[in-house]
Formats: sequence, C-alpha cells, structure tokens
Amino acid sequence: MSDVVEKTLTALPSLLSLDSHPGSAKLSSTSKLGNLIRGITELTSKHEEEKLIQHELLAIKEQVSSPNTTMRQMKELMVRSIYCEMLGYEASFSYIHAIKLAQQGTVLEKRVGYLAVSLFLNESHELLLLLVNTVLKDLQSTNLIEVCMALTVVSQMFPKDMIPAILPLVEEKLNHPKEIIRRKAVLALYKFYLIAPNQVQHIHNKFRKALCDKDPGVMTASLHIYLQMIQENPDAYKDLTPSFVTILKQVVGGKLPMDFNYHTVPAPWLQIQLLRILALLGKNDQSTSEVMYEVLDESLRRAEMNHNITYAILYECVKCIYTIHPKSDLLEKAAKCIGNFVLSPKINLKYLGLKALTYVVQQDPKLALQHQMTIIECLDHPDLIIKRETLELLFRITNAQNVTVIVEKMLEFLCISEDDHTTIDLVGKVAELAEKYAPDNEWFIETMNTVFSLGGDMMQPDIPNSFLKLLSEGFDSVEEDRKLKLFAVNSYVPLLRGEPGKLPQRFLQVISWVLGEYSHLREDLEPAEVLSLLAKLLDMKNSSSETKSWVLMAMTKLCKGGTDASVTQEVSETYSSSLDTVLRQRAHELQYLSQDPELRARVLPRGANPETLEVDSSLSFLDRFVSEALAAGAAPYKPPHQRQEELDQSKALSLEPYGLSLPISMSSCSITDRQSPTLLSMSSGLSGDSADLSHKGGSSALKLDGVKRVWGREGYLAQREPVEEAAQVEVPSPIQSPGRQGEGDSLHSQTPTQTPTPEPEQEKQQLASSLFVGLASQSSVSLMGKSEPTPQRFRRKAKGQGPGSSFNASEQISSSLISPPSAVDNLLCNNLLDSNNASELAEQTSQLSQRLTTANGTCHTEAELTEPDTKGCNPALRRDNCVVAADPGPHDDPGRLTEVCLDSYLPAELSGLSHSEIAPLCANQSLNLSACHVQKEDSLILVVFIINSSESAIQQMLLQVDSEELEVSCLCDSPAGEMTSHSVAVGQYSLTVKRPAVHVEVVGTVSYQLPAGTSQSLQFSYKVPLTSFIRPFVVSTEEYGTMWLSFSHDTKQNLTLINDNQEPLTATLNALKKKLQLHVVEVIGMEGIVACRLLQDLPCLMHCRVNAGWLAVWLRSPVPDLPDCLIYHCQRALQSL
Amino acid sequence: MVCTDNIDFTIPLQPAADRRMIKFVLMVNRQGQTRLSRYYHSVELSRRAALEADVVRYCLSRKKDQCSFVEYKDFKVVYRQYAALYIVVGITDSENELSIYELVHNFVEVLDKYFSRVSELDIMFNLDRVHIILDEMIQNGHIVETNKSRILAPLTAIDKMVES
Repeated sequence: MSDVVEKTLTALPSLLSLDSHPGSAKLSSTSKLGNLIRGITELTSKHEEEKLIQHELLAIKEQVSSPNTTMRQMKELMVRSIYCEMLGYEASFSYIHAIKLAQQGTVLEKRVGYLAVSLFLNESHELLLLLVNTVLKDLQSTNLIEVCMALTVVSQMFPKDMIPAILPLVEEKLNHPKEIIRRKAVLALYKFYLIAPNQVQHIHNKFRKALCDKDPGVMTASLHIYLQMIQENPDAYKDLTPSFVTILKQVVGGKLPMDFNYHTVPAPWLQIQLLRILALLGKNDQSTSEVMYEVLDESLRRAEMNHNITYAILYECVKCIYTIHPKSDLLEKAAKCIGNFVLSPKINLKYLGLKALTYVVQQDPKLALQHQMTIIECLDHPDLIIKRETLELLFRITNAQNVTVIVEKMLEFLCISEDDHTTIDLVGKVAELAEKYAPDNEWFIETMNTVFSLGGDMMQPDIPNSFLKLLSEGFDSVEEDRKLKLFAVNSYVPLLRGEPGKLPQRFLQVISWVLGEYSHLREDLEPAEVLSLLAKLLDMKNSSSETKSWVLMAMTKLCKGGTDASVTQEVSETYSSSLDTVLRQRAHELQYLSQDPELRARVLPRGANPETLEVDSSLSFLDRFVSEALAAGAAPYKPPHQRQEELDQSKALSLEPYGLSLPISMSSCSITDRQSPTLLSMSSGLSGDSADLSHKGGSSALKLDGVKRVWGREGYLAQREPVEEAAQVEVPSPIQSPGRQGEGDSLHSQTPTQTPTPEPEQEKQQLASSLFVGLASQSSVSLMGKSEPTPQRFRRKAKGQGPGSSFNASEQISSSLISPPSAVDNLLCNNLLDSNNASELAEQTSQLSQRLTTANGTCHTEAELTEPDTKGCNPALRRDNCVVAADPGPHDDPGRLTEVCLDSYLPAELSGLSHSEIAPLCANQSLNLSACHVQKEDSLILVVFIINSSESAIQQMLLQVDSEELEVSCLCDSPAGEMTSHSVAVGQYSLTVKRPAVHVEVVGTVSYQLPAGTSQSLQFSYKVPLTSFIRPFVVSTEEYGTMWLSFSHDTKQNLTLINDNQEPLTATLNALKKKLQLHVVEVIGMEGIVACRLLQDLPCLMHCRVNAGWLAVWLRSPVPDLPDCLIYHCQRALQSL
Repeated sequence: MVCTDNIDFTIPLQPAADRRMIKFVLMVNRQGQTRLSRYYHSVELSRRAALEADVVRYCLSRKKDQCSFVEYKDFKVVYRQYAALYIVVGITDSENELSIYELVHNFVEVLDKYFSRVSELDIMFNLDRVHIILDEMIQNGHIVETNKSRILAPLTAIDKMVES
C-alpha cells in the first residue's frame, strides 16, 4: 500500500512535466532538484554555498544507497551530484551509482548514467572497468538509441586495455545502415586511435571507407583520424590529397545539404578541418601543393561574405597558403586578406590578423612593412591583449637594427603586465633577442640587468646560466671581452651599494659570480670592498641558502689574506657550523683556501679557459662501480622514458600471473654485453630532444637573421648571393605610389612627404622607421652607417616551454562579482539570444543560387579514392624455399655486387642456412657497413659486415649493437681493434625478443680512429621483421588448454578466409603455417587451435573459428602487445597471398 | 648505469592530440556562478573552482569593445556574452579563436532551437540535456558535429521514447 503511494508521489513531478515542453522551467520546481537549483540561485556567499552543498551531499548520500530508490529518482540524484561536483564538491560516493544507472536505467536514465560517468571519472579511473559490460551489452542492443549512447561514451572515455573486447562490435557498426551509428563508430575508432594506436592499425582500410562514405557526417568524422595520422606521418597519405581537394571543392561549392550550413556558409568547421589537412600535406611538397592551388583560390574567393565565420575560414586558408609550397598570386591574395583583417575596426578580427601576420612574417618579413603603421597603432592599443600579440609579431621580425626599439617596447610591457606567465615568456624572449642582436656591451648588460630584475625568480633558469656562460666564454676580441666583463662589474657594484635586498635571488647569484670572477678587472676597486659588499648579502634575511652558497664561492675566489682576513674569517666561522651541508662545505673551503694562497691559485686559477676541461661523457670511470653494483644485485639502469613507461604499465591492473612475466636474464646485464651504458641513455636523450625541437618548431621563435630566406612575394626566392641582394635594394624615388609609401618611409624616414604630417603622426612614423628598419633589405644594408656585425656571436640553446599550467589557488571570489539576488531573477529568465547584437542574427540574406545545386546533397568522392595501398608489406626476408644470393642476374648493380662478395664472408656455421638479403646500412669515406639476418632453429643471428674501403688501416674499431625491443647478445668476439685497408670484419649477434612490436629495430655504432688520430663514429639502424622471430610451438591440446586459461593478454579479430579449394579453414591455417611458421595443434570441425612462440620463449596461442565467411581468431599470450602484433602479421600474410 | 636514485621522472608526456584542442567549456553568469562546466583534459576537482573563478574574473573585467580572446596562463580563453550569461571556452594556442567564437554561437543557437527561446533557467533545470547536446558537438576537445538537426537528433529521439 505505502509502496504504491510512494511510487505515485515520485512519479508526480515527472507526470507534471510530461505535458509541458521539456525546456520549461516551472516543471520541476517542486522537486528536490528544483529546491537545489533555487537554493543555488539565492546564494550570496561562499560560506552559504558550502553549507547548502554539504547538506545536499548528505541527502543524496542517504537516498542513493537506499534499496527503494527507483531509477527515475536515481537519475535526479545523479543530476544533483553533477551540480555538487560542478561547484567543486566531491561526490565520489555516487560514482558507482552512476555506473549502475547506466547499466540498469532505460533511455534518458541510462543516458544520464553514462553522462554522469563521463563527467565524474577520468580516463584512468579503475571504476571505468565496470562500465565495459554495460557498453558491450548496449552495443549489441536492438534499440538504436542505446547503441548510440554506448558509442558516444566509448568515444569519450574507455579503458585502453579493454578495447579488444569491443573492437569487433564497433567495427561492425561501420557498416550500419544508419548514418548516425556509422558516424559514432568512426568517432569511437578515433578515440581508440588516440589512446592505443596499435590496436587499430590493422583497420586503416576501414578509415578509407569511412572517408568515402556517402554521408557527409561520417566523412567528416573520419577526417579527425586523418588529421591525426597525417600530422604524424604526412608522407603516407599524399595519395589522398586529390580526395581532400575534391571534398573541399564540393563543400565550398555548396554541394552539401542545407542543414550543414551555418549562417549560409556551408559547413565552415569542416572547411577549416580540410584546410588544416591540406596544409599538412602540402608542406615542403611542390607537386602535392600544386593539386590544391585551385581549391584554395576558390576558398578565398567564396569567403567574401562579411561574417565572423568566413573570416575564421579565411584565416585558416591564409595559413594554409603560407604553409604549402608558395604560389605568387595566391600569396598576394592571402596578403591582401591579412590586410583586411588588421585594418578591420572589429577588434577580434584585428587580433586574428595580427596572429596571421605573426605566422606569415616568418616566411615573408616584408609583409610587416605593408602594415607598419597599423602595427604601431596596435602597439599603443588600450587592450593589453592586442598589445601583447603585437609584441609577439615584433619579436619575429627583430634584427640587429631594430632590436633596441623592440626590446624597449617589450620591457615597457613587462612593467605593466601583472600576469606571471606573460612575464616569464617575455623575459625569455628579451634575453634571447639581447643575446642574438646586442648592438653593444653597455646595452646588453643593461638589458640583462632589467631582465634579471623584472624576471625575478620566476624566469627560466637557463637565462642566467647562458648569460654567465657567455660572459666566461667571451668572443673573438680579447679587448671586447674585457670591456664587457668590466662593464658588468661596474654596473653591479652600485647595485650592491644601493639596496640589494630588493633584487631577486637569481640576480644576486649572477652578481656574486661575476664579481668573484671579474672584479679584479677594475683596478680602482679594492677586493676588500667587494668582500664586504658580498658579506652584506649573507646577512640579509631573505637571501636563500643557494644564493649564500654562490656568495661564499665568490668570496673564496676573492680573498687574499691580509686585510681581508677578518671578514672572511668571520664569515667562515659563522657558516662552518651551518646546518646546511653545502654552506658548511663552502665555508670550510673559504677558510682553508684563504689561508693557503698557493693552493687557491691552483684550485681557482684566475682567468682559466673554461674550454680546456675534458669531460668523459661515457662515464667510463664509473664502470667498475657499476659492475660491482650489478654483481651485488642492483637493477640495471633504465633510461627515464623506459622507467616512465614501466611505471605506467604497473599502474594499470596487472592480470598477468607472476610466473610468466618477462624474464630478464642476468647475463644480459653483465658488463661485457652491456655495451656502453651511455650509448643507450644518450640516444634516448637525443630522440627526446629532437621530438621536443620538432614540437617547438611549429610555434616558437624563428630566427630571421642567418636563416636562408626562401619566401618572397613572388614565391620561392632563387638562391641568390648575399652580395647580389644588397645591390637589389630599392632606391626610393620622391614620387611613390601610395601603396609603397610606407615601405619607402621605413627605409628613409627623412624622405620628404608631400603633405605636412601632424606631430603625433610624425612620431609614429619615426617609430615605424626604427621598428621596421632592415626588413626590406634583409638586413644587408645598414642605415646606422656601420655594417652589421655577424649577429650570432652568442648562440643559445632552445629553451623548454614554460612550466605547465598551474592555477592560482585563490579561492576568493571578488566581491564586485556578487550583486543582490533580486537582479539575478530578472536576468535569469531573459532570452539569451535576444540581448545580442541583432546584426549577428540578421544575416540571413541567403545565397539562393548556392542552394539550387544541393539536390542530391552528397559527396561523391568514391571515384576519386584509390584502393588501399599495400605498399610496405613486401617481405623483407626471403624464407626457407628461396635461394639467396645465388641470383645469376647481371652484376651491374653495385649493391648486388657487394652482396655476392660479402656472402663469402658469412661465418661457415651459418652459410648453409637461409639468410636475408645483405643490405647496406651506412657508409662514409673509410667504412662500409652491411648486414643481414640468418634464421636458425632456435635463434636469429644478426650478421654485420664492416668493410674498410679506405687505403689506410683504422685503429681501435669498436662495434656496439643494441635495441629497444630486442635482447642483443654478442656471439664470439665482437670485431674490435685494428682493421687493415680493404679488409672485412664480421660481427655476429644473437637476437631475441624482449618487447614485441610490429617492427623491431637494432641500432648500433661503430667507433674507430683514423691513423691521424682523429676518432670517428658511424651510426646505423637495421629493421628486422617480427615474423622472423616466430617459431612453431609444439604443444598438446591439453597443454594448450591449461595455458589458454593462464594467459591474460588477448585480442580478437576477423580475418579473411581463403576460399580457393575444398576446405577454407585448413587452407587458411596452412597458408598461415607456411608464411609465419605457426604450429597447428588441432583442427576440430570448424575450429582450429594454433600455437607459436616468439624467440626466445614468448608463447602465443591462437584460436580460430569459421564464422559467417570470416575466420574469427582469438589470440592469447602472457606478453602484452604480442597478440596485437601477431594479428597484424597474420593479416599481412593473408593479404599478400 | 645502476638505478640508485629515487628521482621521479614523471615528465607529463603530451599526447599528440593535445596540440590543437578545446580544453574546457564553461557557462558562468555575471555573478561568477558556474552553470555548466565540461573539461576535456583532466583537471582535479579541487583546482577547478579556483580556475573558474580566475578565468571568469578575467573575462568579467573586460569591456564590451575589447577583444573576446584572452591569454590565460599557457592557454587562450574565448568568451562570449549572452544576457547575463558568459560562455567561456579554453583552447590551446594553435586553435582558431574565431572559429571557436562562432562555435559558441552555434551552441547557443542549438540550445535556442531545443528549448525554444533558451534562458539561464532552462539551462539550470536541464543541465543533463544541455550536457547531452554539448557531448554531441564536442568530444575529446575536438568539434565533432555542427549540424543543428543532427546535434539534436539523439536527444529528441530520447525525449520521444520517454513520452511514449
């Protein structure tokens, strides 16, 4: 009875809501959600909010765990929890209920359950595993709405390890008759690609199918995947360029259905996406760029309507035009377009124009000249954002002649900026410019002083470091050197005499170092005075212990005994009992060295050349320590990235039984096989650096000076001699066309203008002439009368990006934000769009002509697309049945010649076995390297041939081989020592798999010494197909069964069946057996079980079943990634039949 | 070398996808109260309130004639005002600000179509539905659908099922 009443009661609010519009606000005002919302709108303080939400959380907690709560109530509870979390209060107790709601609810309840899960949990949350079954069930549902929901949540978040469980179902959906399901399936695959690219590498042909889908929505979704893949490897997708061009052409031409339009502009965001893809494809590639010129031209032409969104397209178009191989008339149009942007009175467009200009001046600095007056105006713009963007632009066009003005402007901005992030960024840029283009010593030191004072302790630590390095290394002229150092000393002494307490710690450290090293250069300065100035720093309350250590170091360098003794004595006594061990050490050093001038002169010689230091970068002196530590059971060194990877893996749930985890044999850690430990770490460091560089290359500084200029208004500039360029400088004539006026002014500010200009105008023009000097002539002509010195006398390393986003934890909400609640109510019910500028909505003036062509409304791209290519799957290795190197073909190919010759050098015990083609690895004037691999029953041997092709012998030759994925162990002795002229040395290595990957690679180095004594090295890499490691794994059906249950990593996939003769299953399995050396354990009816192992002993089991014309295979292995890799090679093997 | 140190080398590896993306979408009113928030990169719950307060204070301090794009720390913020409600989108530097600015308007137009004349109260009372709409438009920080009828299709289908 009471049950019925309760049900009626709970149904009441929703019954009320049924007859009204879903968006109506009145409906749930009686519900608990309504109460909460009303409570929230009436809040006046943070304190009240806390009270309200804590109370709410208690109520939710109580109700959520009650067994009587219906799914409908649960849905409301989840929305209330979302509210609480949105306001920053954790509701973690409700997470599990969100998953339950997704599982048990129907329609809207289910959707809200999924929504709550995606809002509450992050992608690595372990509760997410509980969602897998629900997703699996919904994907198989006959209700399309449920399938949709499941796909939506999958494309938002899904546990990486569980992808194989649902991948076949998602793939199946790619063929669904409904476009929305196909589209969402593609987006889900995109998600998989983002989080686990190797899981979906075998379905690239399906991406192509999605790209050709007759529905534009599905095609659009596939572009996300393509943009990503093209970003990673543009060369692999060049063949798709015509397809992208055709799609863009059709979109621009209005061939899409009307509902893709936004304010009469056809699918603007799709256009932007396509333009980004084209830019990536056309970069540094003339022939590909040529394919897209026409459509880019059309895009520029079509986008003439005056609406924000067309400007957004134009911006992308301009960027594309300036990224791909240049074409003069397009560049001209794009430049004009940028002009419209910067000149626009609309501030958002102006901003975008500046951003585009900043991008473009890197290719063509002259473009800045055209807009110099606008840029000057932007520099004085009241909006700081515009100002900041303008400085960014100026930073890109800085050269030795305008550096002082630009740096001055940047420092001005620094003084008014309050944002830490901006300060760090700008300070770094000023320091960079100062080092690159400093016109003289005084300016350089003064600018750096400002940098150190303003940048404070937030700036990148490498700024002071490289400044000190620069001072100590100096440059060509000894006299210049001395002047620079002296000037630095001169500028620091008054700073210390003044109020050093106000200076940042970093600056104090720089000052102490410089005074310690160079204060002797100033003859009238008594060391005693410097010592007492430094000692004063020690007494300051806010000096950090790091600063103190710098100061003590400086004092050690300066003290000479005698009169200074009292100061140093006092200081060293104070700090020799310091709790800080570094300070204590410094104090002791100071004490001893000040008493022993001879020792001091030896330890800290004055004016020592820092370059004479020799560094043993291989850290060979540690070898003994390392081997002892290893012998004592220490873990072998792993480079940071590998450690990180393993850490990540260990964080995930390990389902693997302990006994079967990767065996790391101790022998591989012994000192002989270890090769150089630094080789490994150094190469990994290098690769990290290069990734960093390439990443930076896109966004950061481009040095204009010293960089060869390849762009111009007319397109690529021919490689002219600098002299010629200097001669090319335009001679300004007094009569100029108005368009060129600005350019002329910049070159010669004294050029008489025809109309008298008002005062401020003249000021601006003067500023312009100083800012844009040197741009037109590419810095080859100096207006300052002296020829420009080679500006890069100081060179600095690329800096890392600023520290990651760190948010100020200021909790306080400014009181000005809170107004009395009465005003709130009035505003709450206002229609959002009404209050807007009417003009933005009133742009419905349509282009009917465009719409007429949309009759069939689909993209016809199929014809344009080529079949999925199969390049790259040519088997690199000739197998058993192939006879290698006995090819009687004509010996005209030099590569073949060496192969035949080298064949005879193959070690006798290997000569009878099949081996891969002997491939050249690398060569220089003295050495030629080749390699091949030899298949043995239980191992794979890599043979490296080193040929001394020079006329002289080489010494101390050392060959080192290593691999990320493979275990490399040296068979017999690695070739080493001396090699006579025209001799061949052979190295043999046994390879086994450490970590499976689709392609595995061996990297190596040969180092040697020429007779002259110079040491050289050659690096190489050698790819080995994973298939050459596969060996049959002979087990009985029973053994197979027990192993199957104990293996935890698996993947499932449908493969094509071979249908040529009687029995498809046997035929397919035999083909796989032959190609991949798998062992067929048993075939029972429509099922077959197969086993193989990867050298040395990584087993993988395969279960095959014929199902609806496909071979459904299920792979299991104790080794992560092995099933994925193997399935990839099975597909390749079957494709190549 | 032997791993004898305990130094934590947790360098946050930025996936390639982070290069160009939307980092978050916020709906905030003039009083600084959050009406909707959706993050596309992980930000701890405890830090969100501070971030939102900071970003909103920044946007509110700006005048109407000032640029709608602001730099905030290491990313950019695009905001647009509708009556007393601000829609604020955090993006990486390489995104196209103007296209995001218009995306916001498209979003509001979709809401207006669904709620027929949308107001702040509609958004508050239908937070779940607004989220469902937003999920159709943006996923993983990328724009996945902008076609109004297609954005609304799943939600209207759900509404119909609920009614029947």
